[in-house]
Amino acid sequence: MKIRDEYDSREKILPERDKGSTPVMEAIGLGIDFGGLTAVDDFNLTVGRTEICGLIGPNGAGKTTVFNLLTKVYKPTRGKILLNGQDTAGMNTIQVNRAGIARTFQNIRLFKALSVLDNVLIGMHNHISYNMFTSTLRLPTFWREEKKARERAMELLSIFGMEQHAEEEAGSLPYGAQRRLEIVRALATQPRLLLLDEPAAGMNPSETAELMENIHRIRDEFQIAIMLIEHDMNLVMGICEGIAVLNFGKIIAKGTPAEISSNPVVIEAYLGKKKEG
Amino acid sequence: MNNTLGQRRIPMPTRYLINLVLVVVSLAVLHYISAAGIISSYYSKILMLVGINIILAVSLNVATGYLGQLPLGHAGFMAVGGYAAGIFLKAMPMPNLNRLPEGTNELAAHLQYNAYLALALVLAGVVAAIFGVIIGVPALRLKGDYLAIITLGFGEIIRVILLNIDDVLGFEFTYGASGLKRIPKAATVTNVFVCVVITCAIIHLVLKSRHGRAVLSIRENEIAAESCGVNTTYYKVMAFTLSAFFAGVAGALYATYVGILQPSTFGFMKSIEILVIVVLGGMGSMLGSVLSATVLTALPQMLLAFDKWRMVLYSLVLIIVMIFKPSGLLGTYDFSLSRVLEKLLNRFGGKKKEVAK
Repeated sequence: MKIRDEYDSREKILPERDKGSTPVMEAIGLGIDFGGLTAVDDFNLTVGRTEICGLIGPNGAGKTTVFNLLTKVYKPTRGKILLNGQDTAGMNTIQVNRAGIARTFQNIRLFKALSVLDNVLIGMHNHISYNMFTSTLRLPTFWREEKKARERAMELLSIFGMEQHAEEEAGSLPYGAQRRLEIVRALATQPRLLLLDEPAAGMNPSETAELMENIHRIRDEFQIAIMLIEHDMNLVMGICEGIAVLNFGKIIAKGTPAEISSNPVVIEAYLGKKKEG
Repeated sequence: MNNTLGQRRIPMPTRYLINLVLVVVSLAVLHYISAAGIISSYYSKILMLVGINIILAVSLNVATGYLGQLPLGHAGFMAVGGYAAGIFLKAMPMPNLNRLPEGTNELAAHLQYNAYLALALVLAGVVAAIFGVIIGVPALRLKGDYLAIITLGFGEIIRVILLNIDDVLGFEFTYGASGLKRIPKAATVTNVFVCVVITCAIIHLVLKSRHGRAVLSIRENEIAAESCGVNTTYYKVMAFTLSAFFAGVAGALYATYVGILQPSTFGFMKSIEILVIVVLGGMGSMLGSVLSATVLTALPQMLLAFDKWRMVLYSLVLIIVMIFKPSGLLGTYDFSLSRVLEKLLNRFGGKKKEVAK
């Protein structure tokens, strides 16, 4: 019961408004070995219903591996993941997505040759319900659902002001816009927890500032939890309510931005040479 | 109707109507010129072959161009369809339309004849699709070269089974190497091209829907597709089965076109031949497949006069295209009449443009 005790004490760092409701995601004693290498071990984290949570750590600490575990790209060797209180054991990537986790990728994985709109529509795949018979015969249901989906997709694109690029090929967008499109596509799956893997990578400071604003807006508008991996400390410290620091596959510290930036263990492992606090 | 940029849009029902009318008109013209004997039987034979190859290419394009896999067993599905239709039609009491007994109702005989043919085509497609599922489920766990090899193997297995099944069963079923003979030659230019149109239409309609988008997403990025909740296994098998279905239909048309089926026709080279058509036309382009099937079927016939040189020329064309346009003649471009009409409308009718909503 050691794990359970540790977990209970972790409740305390949730944002005030999320206390009392079931956390959107709880990882309990999560770990994975690749052969003899332990990539992630004893990973415990609770993400509140509308929390913005940061996952930071030096390169190779296992941050993306954690995302891959949460989305079941990798099967965990140990531990379990609860989504809205439900165990996800035995689920695959697709089922986890349906259960409410959507993600973006560190190395952008868009459907490059397809249009921006199609990218978002593929994200909405499971929320369009006509069947193959209806669509092949082009029955009214098909038109109605497609129209609804397209309108919704344009709405989502407008979050980032991308609706005028809807017909363009996704691969032809500038780098920053591709990252934003990935977020839109992830949102289209109607997640309850959005995982962002280095959303600000390759963005300039003004783009990053805009992104921060948008992440906030997405959280407020959709009332979802957001978990992000990021190296840009301004962004992490600026928007995250809770931060977990990962080093060599283990969480070495957890807390509010203020606690993390003054934590000597973290400073030693990661922030050591940075000036800002 | 206008889109967000204030350009004029032709509403979807109108688009379908325009296309439908054009297709019906061209089919009627084709029927007239072939039935009235304006084109010789030699050319109508080539036309039928063109039509069959279009169906083969367009259906293979579903698996290669849209799904992004590389199956090499398309001839196997064609063989399954061909034999299914051949055996079915031989077992059915097909009326001989050229020598109807005195006093029979000609219309009824024609109807009966075409009903059997339609049934045979559907049956061929269904049987091929069943084989598509059986082969697709294990094969599509693999990717790239491995998938190519395993489907190649399955294609050969089908051929060998057709060759030897009679000995196993103990009665005449496929007639082995001597071939399934005297299949009613029911294929005409008209019914082949009706099938071409139906094939292209169904594949187009399936692909321009959420199901089609799911198939395309697998081609583009499988991991991202899964993270979007797309059931990749399901859609892979679906696309593969759709591809097999129409390969079976093409096989059935081929059976009723030549009247005799031999397993050796459906060897590995046949699969390659179809793949060449698809690659040359552009993977992911339906018009590309149609054009390249037409050219690559007609070209060797046109070059018959240059007997010794025709294969050289044929290969030369392939090499040149692959050097200068590796994505195929049309790449993933697809023709849309409505898009052209819209452009014209926007250019010439632009003054009446309404303000976007």
